[in-house]
Amino acid sequence: MKEIESNNTSDLAVALAGLSKRRHKAALFHYFCIGVTFSAVALLGTLIYQICVDGMAWLDLEFLSSFPSRFPENAGIKSALAGTIWLAAFTALFAIPTGVMAAIYLEEYAPPNKITWFIEINIANLAGVPSIVYGILGLAVFVRFMGFERSIISGALTMSLLILPVIIVASKEAIRGVPPSLRQAAYAVGASRWQVVRAHVLPEALPGILTGVILALSRAIGETAPLIMIGALTYIAFVPEGPMDEFTTLPIQIFNWSSRPQQDFHELAAAGIMVLLGVLLIMNSAAVVIRQRSQRGSQSR
Amino acid sequence: MGMSSLKTSRKNYGEKGLTSLFFFCASISVITTVSVIVILATETFSFFQQVSIFEFAFGTEWTPLLNPKSYGILPLLAGTLMIVVGSAVVALPIGVACAVYLSEYAGDRARSFIKPVLEVLAGIPTVVYGYFALTTVTPVLQLVFPQTQVFNAASAAIVVGIMILPMVASLCDDALRSVPTALREGAYSLGATRFEVTARIVLPAALSGIFATFVLAVSRAIGETMAVTLAAGATPNLTLNPLESIQTMTAYIVQVSLGDTPAGTLAYKTLFAVASVLFLITLLLNLLANWIMRRYREVYE
Repeated sequence: MKEIESNNTSDLAVALAGLSKRRHKAALFHYFCIGVTFSAVALLGTLIYQICVDGMAWLDLEFLSSFPSRFPENAGIKSALAGTIWLAAFTALFAIPTGVMAAIYLEEYAPPNKITWFIEINIANLAGVPSIVYGILGLAVFVRFMGFERSIISGALTMSLLILPVIIVASKEAIRGVPPSLRQAAYAVGASRWQVVRAHVLPEALPGILTGVILALSRAIGETAPLIMIGALTYIAFVPEGPMDEFTTLPIQIFNWSSRPQQDFHELAAAGIMVLLGVLLIMNSAAVVIRQRSQRGSQSR
Repeated sequence: MGMSSLKTSRKNYGEKGLTSLFFFCASISVITTVSVIVILATETFSFFQQVSIFEFAFGTEWTPLLNPKSYGILPLLAGTLMIVVGSAVVALPIGVACAVYLSEYAGDRARSFIKPVLEVLAGIPTVVYGYFALTTVTPVLQLVFPQTQVFNAASAAIVVGIMILPMVASLCDDALRSVPTALREGAYSLGATRFEVTARIVLPAALSGIFATFVLAVSRAIGETMAVTLAAGATPNLTLNPLESIQTMTAYIVQVSLGDTPAGTLAYKTLFAVASVLFLITLLLNLLANWIMRRYREVYE
């Protein structure tokens, strides 16, 4: 009797010791995960802090309103900023209608056959193609074959192909989120497919589509490699006046300045990065606001 | 009667036109893929009429722009591989730890703070990471290892790792969260600690998703262009030393398009041969990731 009891207590002691060891391990792992995650946050902080420290002194109105120059003190981003706006506008013009219409086809019209399946697979794979490959496509098709040279049109068409998968995927998701009962009700009173899409599906899916479009455009604004491929890295000291003009953009100007050895140009690059990140921040906040508004709207209904 | 049937037929006419237009938009993605393949294939074919495939695949010298010319792609592949391994060492463990924290530990407040931080990190243009590598990471490396060259693989690999980190974290987070709560609760009810539940139940259950994420991350790192162009250098170099200057496939493509290599020359065609290799590798990796997701997805319910 006594023996059994003592055996039990020793088992319990072993189990308790094991438990505290296991709890210890669990706590350690917990702290490890927290530590790692917050070091990622700290990294973002360091990156932004470093860029602001480097670039702050150069960021002023003169920087925004001067053309690039061999002399750092005269250099600015006027042509780059203008080029970025031109490029974004034309990319939006090409990519948004095409992407949204492709999404409408795939969600609302496409029969569930092999061709549709092939298109879907294709879009998924295109999203993973490196951006520089799009640059080569743009160089061969738009710059050479179609003869658009190093113009804004060439750049915008290349960028459109690059962001098309992003717009299609986001729009498809937004369209899929529209409840089927809405469509059925419209069909029941005799609406045609296009009437259903135009009057019910699109308005309902608009916030989701808009969010996706803004994020896709901010990707286009930050891209560098495809534009370098089509030959946009040149000295441009004028503001483009039409879509056939040559151009430069913010990321290209930043690349140009970063690749020079002098400290002054690095600081100019940092100032350019601050402007670029500012533009992207504004666009992303717009996307967040639209997303939150639409969520609130659908909750109140 | 006649009027209304005429109306219907006109309406059908419009419907048909719209359907074809939408179908055309969706098929642009297929046209894009076909154009990429045709362009890369024809130029690469004409490259291989002048250079033997054997020399291209197994040669250990890559000097198409210098004399004596030599067309062995191995140094570029080795450079790319170094970036891939380095960035994977940075991004995969940290990304998985972040995902575990987000999905298993973090409360709603921590989640709503960390998710946006990851989104911001993911939205920063790659040229900015290049600048960060050049002006912050490399000097730190030089402090620790004085023999570090100005352009080096390690610095580029670290920032590419930071760049793909958000993608790894958010895709792994999705994979972990798709593991049913019932599995976790079953383990907790047997007295498992949170660490044990995570390590022995949740992670194994999400393994296919995590593995697919790793493959996608590697594919992204291979296609990364601007950060490696700025930070890793332009020296095709068959080395294992990460502190030396190297060149990746993408950085070579940028180097050729920055210079004024006349179209049609053999040096110009190398661009397409390298791009073909790049395109094939990333395509295969993307297909592999999709296959893993589909083949090994655990089906609950």
